[in-house]
Amino acid sequence: MSLFSNLGEMHLDVLKEIGSIGTGNAVTAISGLLNKKVQMDMPTVNLVEFGNLADFVGGPENILVGILVGISSDINGMMMFLMDIETAKRLVDSVLNGMGQDKNTKLDGIFNEMEFSVIEEIGNIMAGSYLGSLSGLTNLRIRQSVPMAAIDMANALLSVPAIEFGKMADHVLYINSSFSVEQVDVSGYFILVPDEESFVKVMRSLGVGI
Amino acid sequence: MSKIIVGMADLNVTRAPGMLTTLGLGSCVGIALYDPHTKIAGLAHIMLPDSTKIENNSNPAKFADTAMAKLIQEMTKMGANKGHIRAKIAGGAQMFALNAKNDEMRIGDRNVEATLRLLKQYTIPLIAYEVGANFGRTVELYAEDGRFLIKTIGHGNRIL
Repeated sequence: MSLFSNLGEMHLDVLKEIGSIGTGNAVTAISGLLNKKVQMDMPTVNLVEFGNLADFVGGPENILVGILVGISSDINGMMMFLMDIETAKRLVDSVLNGMGQDKNTKLDGIFNEMEFSVIEEIGNIMAGSYLGSLSGLTNLRIRQSVPMAAIDMANALLSVPAIEFGKMADHVLYINSSFSVEQVDVSGYFILVPDEESFVKVMRSLGVGI
Repeated sequence: MSKIIVGMADLNVTRAPGMLTTLGLGSCVGIALYDPHTKIAGLAHIMLPDSTKIENNSNPAKFADTAMAKLIQEMTKMGANKGHIRAKIAGGAQMFALNAKNDEMRIGDRNVEATLRLLKQYTIPLIAYEVGANFGRTVELYAEDGRFLIKTIGHGNRIL
């Protein structure tokens, strides 16, 4: 019944490889953006039941920054990049070099409008480089939408991809990528949610039948 | 007081002095039902409006229609009187503005609409609700008095 009940070890390996290469590219992009050396840990890739997803990102009520990017063309679905507030602050400060300090126009009491745009752009670059590598690997065309950021409880943010995935299965593809920028640890999480047809397309294009 | 956590696509029932909570409702809807006479309460965290539209529908707690039926069933089994059951609902937010452009993606609104339609169908009065907007909500339902506490990040807390 569920698509993922048919997944074997080989499918998981393919998913891990995609996660690994995608994250590598994304981290390289961040390194370029910050003009700093970024070190990446080996990402972990899991198929996670959506009910437990929040446990992987610090608990259902953990406050996170989420950036959602819609994907279309040969592959349809969505991608979400999540990071904790501290990580977002560090990245924003690095990009703005201390220029984003205007406390009068704070959005959600945490980031001002300019900082929020920077966050969306970081998400855009992360998702873009990730999807770029997925597109390159599979030879499938992928178009990404304008990124949208939100700051809220993990479960509330995750409900969006969980619902999208919930239509076809009870699991999502969860990629945890930790990286550090010049000795400062930051960590982010990718969640890739292709629709069922796209998922099969990705597998087929990589020579794995499903 | 015993506290029961209801997960995503999950439901549960309790009696006074118990409390049911579900954490971080986004586009999902929290359906809180309670019978003030027997002090029995039930809470569902639904993700999608309609089980008949989806192939992967084995979990009744995932959909508004099947969750509502199961919740009422569980509550009456515990001793609640269906005629006394009242409802309060929360959630159905639009977490990302991106979604608004696509009707298919207005899932928060559709979850709320389906829930309201079902309440009417079961003739369960809706006592209070807080739905929509663009922020997440944690809710707590107290079986003792049907008190429905809503907690948010940066948008205050209130009791319905």
